[in-house]
Amino acid sequence: MIAFLIKRLFHALLVMFVISVIAFAIQDNLGDPIQQMVGQSVPESERAELREELGLNDPMLTQYLRFAGNAARFDFGYSYVFNQPTTAVIARHLPATLELVAASTFLIIALSIPIGVYSAIKPRAWLTRFFMSVSIVGISIPVFLTAIVLIQIFAIGVSWSPFPADTGWGTWLNDALSTDGGMPAYGRGNPVHVFGTWDTNFASLEGLTYLVLPAISLASIMLPLFIRLIRAEMLEVLQSDYVKFARAKGISMRRVYFLHALKNTMLPVITVGGVQIGTLVAYTILTETVFQWPGMGLMFLNAIERSDIPLIVTYLMIVGLIFVITNTVVDLIYGLVNPTVKLTGKPA
Amino acid sequence: MTVTRTSTVKKTLLATAIAATLAGGALVSSVAQAENTLRMAYDADPVSLDIHEQLSGGIMQLSHLIYDPLVRWDQSLNFEPRLATEWEQVDDTTMRMTLREGVTFHSGNTFTAKDVVWTIERLKKSSDFKAIFAPIESATAVDEHTVEINTVKPYPLLLNLATYIFPMDSEFYSGDAPDGDPKDEIVKNGNSFASSNVSGTGPYTVTERQQGVRTDFARNPDYWDTDSPGNVDHLILTPISENATRVAALLSGDVDFIAPVPPNDLDRVRESDDAKLVTMSGTRIIMLHMNQKRVEAFEDPRVRQAFAYAVNQEAIADRLMKGFATPAAQMSPQGYVGHVDSLKPRYDVEKAKQLMEEAGYADGFDITMMAPNNRYVNDAQIAQAVAAMLARINVDVDLKTLPKAQYWGEFDNRAADMMLIGWHADTEDSANFHEYLTACTDADTGAGQYNAGNYCNPELDKLVADANEEIDLEKRANMLQQVEQTLYDEAAFVPLHWQDLAWASAINADIEPVLNVMNFPYLGDLVIDAKDAE
Repeated sequence: MIAFLIKRLFHALLVMFVISVIAFAIQDNLGDPIQQMVGQSVPESERAELREELGLNDPMLTQYLRFAGNAARFDFGYSYVFNQPTTAVIARHLPATLELVAASTFLIIALSIPIGVYSAIKPRAWLTRFFMSVSIVGISIPVFLTAIVLIQIFAIGVSWSPFPADTGWGTWLNDALSTDGGMPAYGRGNPVHVFGTWDTNFASLEGLTYLVLPAISLASIMLPLFIRLIRAEMLEVLQSDYVKFARAKGISMRRVYFLHALKNTMLPVITVGGVQIGTLVAYTILTETVFQWPGMGLMFLNAIERSDIPLIVTYLMIVGLIFVITNTVVDLIYGLVNPTVKLTGKPA
Repeated sequence: MTVTRTSTVKKTLLATAIAATLAGGALVSSVAQAENTLRMAYDADPVSLDIHEQLSGGIMQLSHLIYDPLVRWDQSLNFEPRLATEWEQVDDTTMRMTLREGVTFHSGNTFTAKDVVWTIERLKKSSDFKAIFAPIESATAVDEHTVEINTVKPYPLLLNLATYIFPMDSEFYSGDAPDGDPKDEIVKNGNSFASSNVSGTGPYTVTERQQGVRTDFARNPDYWDTDSPGNVDHLILTPISENATRVAALLSGDVDFIAPVPPNDLDRVRESDDAKLVTMSGTRIIMLHMNQKRVEAFEDPRVRQAFAYAVNQEAIADRLMKGFATPAAQMSPQGYVGHVDSLKPRYDVEKAKQLMEEAGYADGFDITMMAPNNRYVNDAQIAQAVAAMLARINVDVDLKTLPKAQYWGEFDNRAADMMLIGWHADTEDSANFHEYLTACTDADTGAGQYNAGNYCNPELDKLVADANEEIDLEKRANMLQQVEQTLYDEAAFVPLHWQDLAWASAINADIEPVLNVMNFPYLGDLVIDAKDAE
């Protein structure tokens, strides 16, 4: 166990090292940060001075070694835009992203397991067909379109009147098709302060209303995937011998489905899920941009737009770290759920 | 299926369900309050609270909220007294300004002439402002409420510069901050006292700021301008960089004021019953340089003229910009002293072909073109349209569009034969266009810094230099108009259009009187009609 964790720690360091090298290698293509910092009428001499001051004239290797030396002491440099240490900037934006990911993960778990199991148990029910066709649509629509449609329907409101408005049933149908919006269209509102840089949207009903639309659109990418994955796994498990024996033994079907079958269904789902949580963090870039959710994704996009190289490098390294951590946690859980898996790699 | 507006209450089942489970404070937060709050969304928020850290639109907009300038532009580009009440030219190089009495800073300190002197000295130290403040030699406080500004040479644009002088609280910014650095230092990359602490004379104070997330302002209770009709007690500024979201936030009632409004959404906002739209012809010229050092053909005025004849500015403004632009044939927009009314876009493909033939390029040639794709409205599409138009005179364009972060590096290197740029004159004066865009390039003086065409006409440089020392404003206008005329005749560049400006607000905010072509809304004077508020 300890050996495994130490091994993973080295993995994390290696991943962060590789990311920082790549980020440094491409920084010349990220644009000129000086251009973003000064006004249009600033003469070249002033710019050269600033460039020298920031150490941007040094050879790439010197710059990297300086960065790596500082990074070893947990000093990742100053953000050009925020004028603060990049770690402080990320610490301020991280809670918003984690809350969004947590809300989406909750939605995904709460919806995908019952729907997946149901459609495996009753593969021919009309509800199953409905879920399957909706999930195909969900997979095919890009997340920013989902987000904009959600904003239009639930924040701005739509009014359709395809039916005659002068009849009672027409008015009723028109009203059923129309919305008057009212949900917040952007941002986090006034989150409640917890401690440090953590403000939460989970503490009040008002905070939750801000979370609903972004969480739904972020979940919309992964939800169909998980419904289909759980359904496929469950269908396979239901064919296996031990399920047949359990049924033959006369154990109640509920117990067979939800205790025996589901447990084995979840094994591959946990593996995929762990990897996908990392992906979810990456997908927040799109969702956060559309909803102006003040998290890391939005911060990263602004950093790219303004060539804030120190912030870009730190963000990439931290996202790399998140990937390594989630994978490690998944492996640990996997070991708990499936005793045949040995973390140290030796066969049982 | 038709889409219409009805006044009945509409809800789908899902919306009802969500509203029923989650209806919290957010949904009823728009209930009328005794105090007026304006929630506004711009595409970016100011980089710092130190107004001398960067010369940019965002900083200027902020300056007009928390500070007051000595004088400011009104809607018809005349000077309006603010902290300076009167001014007179004492001699060719000296202007005496009388300052307003009874003005206090947010800190409680009284505003006097020494604050103006201190501010001008700080401006001359700021890397972004020192270039435009170079003509000022010194400023001296004659007495408590009189200040004299001396210029190096006779300088006709001193009042234009005065719109950039927002007196800062010299006492508040003097001494050392807790970290040992002087409070008045200007730091571009790092924290300074001035980047997070404010004491101005303006209509608003900053109560809270989370950079990149939101800034809260409260009305200054002791604001000197008691004649101002402004009745907004709180401002909440949120940056919303995504165009669609900014418009959605307005239409859904989450914010009351947005800028800019993207051209694709103009109709949507205009047709909305809950929002109103204000547009103005802007002063930012969008143009293309033709690099004479890279392409020999561009040294021939006939070729450049052919390009100018081949480009259809009207079509770009009408169809591509959906009317959200004013076609241009020169750099100075209407209202600027150098504007020549008779210069009109000269689209004529036959003429263009003929000129190409005369110059010996009937078969055309190949060129490269670069344009940004996220800096100006429809910038990449404009470049594509121009490339298609040039194809008609047999010029084959290899177009590359880049995000602005990468584009400006290429622009500085003059990396393509034609490059697109938009320019707004910081001084609201015609000479500024020429100094940066068409003057002979001189790295030492900074002249022609953005002249990616390498056009060089020393006579014009001389004319502009003379104009900048000409106190007789009518004579000066003639000189600058002559510059525009010559640039037009020689087709020094391909002008495209002046990009329009657009703002939108909730129906109860009377934004029109506080807007102007500089895009510095004077929100201190904004009136919100409380009766109409939901």
